[in-house]
Amino acid sequence: MIKYFLSGVLFGVILVKSEVVSWWRIQEMFRLESFHMYGVIGSAVVTGILSIWIIKKFRIRTWGGEPIVPKTVPFQKGQIFGGLLFGFGWAITGACPGPLFALIGAGFDVIVVTLLSAVAGTYVYGLLREKLPH
Amino acid sequence: MIQWMQRPWPWYVAGPLIGLTVPLLLVMGNKNLGVSSSLRQLCAACLPAKVPFFQYDWKKEVWQLFFVAGILAGGFIAGVLLQNPRPIQVNPRLIEEMKGYGVGEPFDVLPNSLFNWKMVFTLKGFIMMVVGGFLVGFGTRWAGGCTSGHSIMGLSNLQWPSLVATICFMAGGFFMANVVLPVILKI
Repeated sequence: MIKYFLSGVLFGVILVKSEVVSWWRIQEMFRLESFHMYGVIGSAVVTGILSIWIIKKFRIRTWGGEPIVPKTVPFQKGQIFGGLLFGFGWAITGACPGPLFALIGAGFDVIVVTLLSAVAGTYVYGLLREKLPH
Repeated sequence: MIQWMQRPWPWYVAGPLIGLTVPLLLVMGNKNLGVSSSLRQLCAACLPAKVPFFQYDWKKEVWQLFFVAGILAGGFIAGVLLQNPRPIQVNPRLIEEMKGYGVGEPFDVLPNSLFNWKMVFTLKGFIMMVVGGFLVGFGTRWAGGCTSGHSIMGLSNLQWPSLVATICFMAGGFFMANVVLPVILKI
């Protein structure tokens, strides 16, 4: 499990160093005032696509020797409704879930409130799940 | 050396590195990058009582909790030990706009005038931190993922529903940032 912790450390360092955790950068992105966030997300996706293509092409296996099977995502209406709601929250808080953890680590202790509220949001979703369109 | 390490990274360094976490986690053990599911893990581990959505063997996916604990530690390394001493460089137009709402200059990653403990107990701060956080948690779980799970991992594996989700994240964000947030900031 230590390897996943260390991958998280790496991920957290990148999130802070790229300023993806910054409320200001998120506001710029949603006002089309900077290319920065589009560059980060765009080049991350291109790198990810190439990586998975290489993994599939050369049938690369895991360290444990298993075949690698990246997840598939079936369509459901939550991707629209939930997606919009998350977009609202992203623009208000300036943070998606990864940055919430990174910001707390970076010493912004008040973001614990936002994180706990996000856990509460997840919990309420779990309670209402049957009643929501999917 | 220290100064060089304190500097923020340009997008063309940070973006590919974020992209490389996708194959890293896959090769380590068939794990799919995704942060928001860790919030479900926390619910399942702490309060699973009688909610079917949280009654599953969360220990099987416990790697996610190690991953987010790592993000926290990474945030400390980059944000405290290697803190960038210079104010963050953002578009002057944004700074002007935010000054109009009394937000202040971008000296820090977050505007300290909005995100602090006193503000939690005001209407504006409550909306910014508590309501905003709630929407992040509720929305990502309903959507089945967040920026990392859909926009990075899902798109990397060419899953079109993740593109639908990403477009909706952006649409919601554009609407909130340009239409609703200015009203909230004027409170």
